[in-house]
Amino acid sequence: MTHGPGTNGLILEEPLLWEKGKPGRMAYSMPPSDVPEETVDEELLGEGPDFPDLGELDVVRHYTRLSQWNFGIDTGMYPLGSCTMKYNPKINEKMAATPGLASAHPLLEPEFSQGILKLHYELQEYLARITGMDAVSLQPSAGAQGELTAMLMFAAYFRKKNEKRTKILIPDTAHGTNPASAALCGFTSIPLASGEKGILDPAAVKELMDDETVGIMVTNPNTLGLFEEHIREITDIVHERGGLVYGDGANMNAIMGIVDIKRCGIDAVHLNLHKTFSTPHGGGGPGSGPICVTAELAPYLPVPRVAASDNGYILETESEDSIGRVHGFFGNVSVLIRAYSYILSMGPANLKKASQLAVLNGAYVKARLLDTFALAYDRPCMHECVFSDARQQPFKVTTLDMAKRLIDHGYHPPTIYFPLVVSGAIMVEPTETECKDDLDTFIEVCKTIAQEATKEGERLREAPSITKVRRLDETQAARKPCLTG
Amino acid sequence: MRYLPHTEEEIGEMLAATGRRSLDDLFAHLPDDVRYEGDIDIPGPLSEWELTDHLQDLGQSMFTGSSRAVLIGAGSYDHHQPEIVRSLSGRAEFLTSYTPYQPEMAQGTLQGIFEFQTLTARLLGTEVANASMYDGASALAEALLMTLRIGKKKRTVAISSAVHPHYREVVRTYLAPGPFEIVELSLGEDGRTNLSGLDEIDDLAGVALQSPNFFGVIEDHAAGAELVHGLGALYVACFSEPLSFGLFKSPGSVGADIVCGEGQSFGMKQSFGGAGLGMFGCKQQFVRSMPGRVVGQTVDMEGKRGFVLTLSTREQHIRREKATSNICSNQGLCAMTAAIQMATLGRTGLRQLAKLNYDKAAYLRKGLLAAGARPLFSGPVFNEFAVIFADDFEPARERLLGKGIVAGLPLAPFYPDVGNAFLFCATETVSKTIIDEVLEEVRR
Repeated sequence: MTHGPGTNGLILEEPLLWEKGKPGRMAYSMPPSDVPEETVDEELLGEGPDFPDLGELDVVRHYTRLSQWNFGIDTGMYPLGSCTMKYNPKINEKMAATPGLASAHPLLEPEFSQGILKLHYELQEYLARITGMDAVSLQPSAGAQGELTAMLMFAAYFRKKNEKRTKILIPDTAHGTNPASAALCGFTSIPLASGEKGILDPAAVKELMDDETVGIMVTNPNTLGLFEEHIREITDIVHERGGLVYGDGANMNAIMGIVDIKRCGIDAVHLNLHKTFSTPHGGGGPGSGPICVTAELAPYLPVPRVAASDNGYILETESEDSIGRVHGFFGNVSVLIRAYSYILSMGPANLKKASQLAVLNGAYVKARLLDTFALAYDRPCMHECVFSDARQQPFKVTTLDMAKRLIDHGYHPPTIYFPLVVSGAIMVEPTETECKDDLDTFIEVCKTIAQEATKEGERLREAPSITKVRRLDETQAARKPCLTG
Repeated sequence: MRYLPHTEEEIGEMLAATGRRSLDDLFAHLPDDVRYEGDIDIPGPLSEWELTDHLQDLGQSMFTGSSRAVLIGAGSYDHHQPEIVRSLSGRAEFLTSYTPYQPEMAQGTLQGIFEFQTLTARLLGTEVANASMYDGASALAEALLMTLRIGKKKRTVAISSAVHPHYREVVRTYLAPGPFEIVELSLGEDGRTNLSGLDEIDDLAGVALQSPNFFGVIEDHAAGAELVHGLGALYVACFSEPLSFGLFKSPGSVGADIVCGEGQSFGMKQSFGGAGLGMFGCKQQFVRSMPGRVVGQTVDMEGKRGFVLTLSTREQHIRREKATSNICSNQGLCAMTAAIQMATLGRTGLRQLAKLNYDKAAYLRKGLLAAGARPLFSGPVFNEFAVIFADDFEPARERLLGKGIVAGLPLAPFYPDVGNAFLFCATETVSKTIIDEVLEEVRR
């Protein structure tokens, strides 16, 4: 019986911010005023918000304690499928804080902003080369916004061609954001069932693809961790009917330097810099979702775009066919600096190696857990693999119970109950920054939990037991929402 | 490479466990016609030290690498960042954690975001607030889409021409594929939005005004909200400088239905315009139409207080194409940073800091007017304002650039009709010495 790194430590209580403090305290170093006081129109004057007044140590202890209730990559392993929780290099934080870059005002003339524009331009180029695509916009703030940007571009493309296309094919293994983004552009999603082998069947695409269909949104490798082996055939079918192909790049970490996205026949792909390119998730953002496209779609990219000229780097703001801006300025630039730093630290050979090792780790975990959990699809996997709770169900132990038990052992659970096509899905993506020793311990812990499931089901159904809070009542939270204190 | 821990021996053992002969063999099932050809044509690898030198070079090539003051706001504000805000928000447990889908091991993020929502709602004067949006511009676009959802068959939104020009561009981008119409509202002589004529629109879903607006002028939200409600539409109050709410009445308290804008001023570096965050609040009655993530309070199986992501039935992973928005993340760490900044200031500090900003801008404005400039608009302002110079201002601006001071933003590229007008901003970071230097050059 192996136990993971999880153990019961001292957890300190901490009230809500406004349950602390005394009016008149302040944690801010207020600069003394060196200008005359000016009167304010009484009509406009408000009372100021009801914020608690706290001292500096109050604030420091508050957030330090909160942070200790959190689990992060620096704390332990996150085998979270389709979310690529790899190590976030420390040096990238320092690079994002480089004076001159961190203090840059976005509206200064380009001649005063050459350094950041150069970085921006080079990152566009690097991402184009990594994907094989022709042109890139770094503006989208997250994967979902990158996806929306692509859909807006597709809509603009067909408007320009005077074609009325209203439907879009979305595989059942797609992320939920795919249909939501398509809907924002007025497209009706047509569900496309994946074939028996867990990958798309070209015949099914051929049957649904018509002249009123925008095209298809594919994730490759898909959310089952399988490579869409017929991708070229599928994209050819879509193109023959005048459609476009969108690629969800959430799983790019499996194929850097191995697969050329453009050769797949994909017209637009978004990348998640906070997945593949190591920028921190920050508990839910800020992310960054650059969109990479073919030359044919380049005119529709958001503006402004950074370009190189004889007089240095410039901003192209005018473009007749562009969909316009999707961000107030240039996107999440502080995230872009981190991704740029990562790419330069890695270089071409190590990026490819990262994908190879990510797939090796995925395949290794799959091979070692074959006897423990039921495999959803017995096919060669890429960087992640999908199991189910089929073997544990007879003991009335579910995927959720096993996931929660992993917490007690000191692991973040895998992605669970996704993709929807697998009942009780357990989706494991170990990422290349985890070493074999740590994978071995994780694997042994999974085996231990599977054993516990057969004899000590109750322990799993009540897990986790050593966290700050136990399982939470989510029904109550949704039924009577309490969103502010 | 230090991020890749595998030894050759381990790779061999792992390949053996998977029944593969080599790393390449792991990809044997991939078709040939989609394979990457050759090596990726990018530079690197750089050592930590080479990388640092390279980034420092880039930083030094920026004007801001050596400047003394940039007297420009226009949606991105230079405020002091307290060390505790930097160091606490940089804690790895916040930084390297995932979206809090597993609440038992993410109570830090969840309580922190619940506190952010609460402080945001108190700041904006709304009953509820979400866990943040991408930025001020997309928050406004989402707010107007929300008015269209609530307005059901209504198709038109009106937006003040004094809303940040880039925000209006993002609104146009988001609304372009839909059957919607956007009406732009003109300004009066005081720089406030002219709302007459709205009653001629019969399918008006929402009206958006920004305050302080792009010209720095404080709008009359109370009158605006009353008028718009009379027309059966929703009133959206937008902002790019939330510090102003430390001094002035909050938009929610005077009737705005939705309040949204950019929160960069609360503890985030400008970083060429991102990452900041969109702040978004609304009336309780609209909460189920609100986009974005929200955290709610609940109890655990032992009755202990705890926090979870909630109201997910509005969201894309449950409702898919019927979701209130496609947004599935927030600007988590930026929201946490903003909350830490709001806690650091407190009510007392926020008030004092807002007043200091107000006083600095007033001193600069008075000085410029005394030196012969005239106000573009007569309305009240906060830490930003627009003036017109009778003579050519460029020579003085050039001389100030030579001294490391950027004196104002030319407005003509945004509003061709305003002539020789410039938008100035003075925050707490600008000393009287700098302002006096600017005034001296203007008087020369």
